[in-house]
Amino acid sequence: MSRSTPLREVHESLGATLTDFAGWLMPLRYGSESAEHNAVRTAAGLFDLSHMGEIFVTGPQAGEALDYALVGHLSALDPGRARYTMIVNEDGGVLDDLIVYRLADEEFMVVANASNYAPVAAALAERAAPYDARVEDRSDSYALIAVQGPNSTEILRKLTDADLDGLKYYAGLPGTVAGFEALIARTGYTGEDGFELFIRNEDAVPLWNALAEAGAGLGLIPAGLSARDTLRLEAGMPLYGNELSADLTPFDAGLGRVVRFDKPGDFVGREALSARAEQAAEQAAEQAAEQAAEQAAEGVAEGVAARGGSDRRLVGLVARGRRVPRHGYPVTQHGVVVGEVTSGAPSQSLGKPIAMAYVSAAALDGGGSLAVDIRGSHEPVDVVDLPFYRRSK
Amino acid sequence: MSSIPDELSYTKEHEWVAGLDDGLTVTVGITAYAAEQLGDVVYVQVPEVGASVAAGDAVGEVESTKSVSDIFAPVGGEVVEVNPAVVDDPSLVNSDPYGEGWLFRVRIEGEPEDLLSSAEYGALTAAES
Repeated sequence: MSRSTPLREVHESLGATLTDFAGWLMPLRYGSESAEHNAVRTAAGLFDLSHMGEIFVTGPQAGEALDYALVGHLSALDPGRARYTMIVNEDGGVLDDLIVYRLADEEFMVVANASNYAPVAAALAERAAPYDARVEDRSDSYALIAVQGPNSTEILRKLTDADLDGLKYYAGLPGTVAGFEALIARTGYTGEDGFELFIRNEDAVPLWNALAEAGAGLGLIPAGLSARDTLRLEAGMPLYGNELSADLTPFDAGLGRVVRFDKPGDFVGREALSARAEQAAEQAAEQAAEQAAEQAAEGVAEGVAARGGSDRRLVGLVARGRRVPRHGYPVTQHGVVVGEVTSGAPSQSLGKPIAMAYVSAAALDGGGSLAVDIRGSHEPVDVVDLPFYRRSK
Repeated sequence: MSSIPDELSYTKEHEWVAGLDDGLTVTVGITAYAAEQLGDVVYVQVPEVGASVAAGDAVGEVESTKSVSDIFAPVGGEVVEVNPAVVDDPSLVNSDPYGEGWLFRVRIEGEPEDLLSSAEYGALTAAES
């Protein structure tokens, strides 16, 4: 039996197709998911994200506790700012990716994925135990509504006196929106400017209605998880369970920068991640040397795929045809499997199917063309830099 | 509730068949219900003209943002025409599933098998949703 957010009846009255996601009954789409995607890129979209988890860490040593529990340097965060970070196990495997907001000197809010927040809260409590800090999972009390897209500031401004112009990307401040207390955060998962509003459950329906009304003349439409997934994929943002898992380190996902070895004190996963970071550095040096050698003697770079390097990299793929590479499909080179698609979808912004995939470094460095095995037929794809889409400033 | 025109026949795989009563050649498409379930259709693969198909064969596929489904031949025979417009613009499946979104035509060989009436198909979709 799936759980419902406080907005379920609103979604039903809007004719949403509801779907189970991580144990929650969530709107997949309200009408056309392409229209919802495009609205976020060109105007604004309204999202119910109340399935996300909010875990509060408070107390004199809250910052130190998070420094030990997570890979980031959270004690260095200024109040009012937010950071993208991860929680890993002793082996360096990713347990979840998180956004941590420092609300005050001694108060942090950790936002975790719906599928993970219970184990994340448990791990945080265990890791924070030696510190003078309290961990409290308040996910059940909070709803989360996001307004995303270029018109979101104009829409929100109608409903709040908060200093939105002074609110930077990855910052959050307490305020009132349409008369309801909210943490107003300039964060999102769409590649657009926008806001996430953390509010009490009981305020979710009236706030949603107020936002819908304020945005009616500004192209705001409700958007479901389907649009959210294609928006984040175009923006090259990882999804836990697809690009991230306990079998992968942040380095595997190309997100080694979130691991802050320079912070004081130990942290869970440091040893394993240090080893992995050194390996990554060596591979980068090797790769540079190989490329130099290949340039010196053109034409000898054959059979690289066969070297079967153990390492893999997360890359962006753009399909040349119209069939869509999807999660779990094999990536091939000369008919040999060299990787796997983690996420794929038709891209509205590019007009072509796109995907993220883990592909062996040897296959990528060899320069041979790649294909995706789409239900038995090998469809050519090109490797591109992530993200697929970047908004114009 | 999506429309289920009375004059068409249907399959359990959510295809419609038109022209069964008139003669030898039938038109095939996917139902409004199926189009709604799929969401925005982004790619349609139809069989080749001249292909010989048996009822129940997977002869094409339809992809939406979130999923991909096979298209099955509802009747056996020879594919005599495909809809180039729907290949160019797969959104026709969503906007006009029983009209411009038709997929292909088959010249029937032999007796068509047990297709559903609109009432039977309506009962099937009511049970699914």
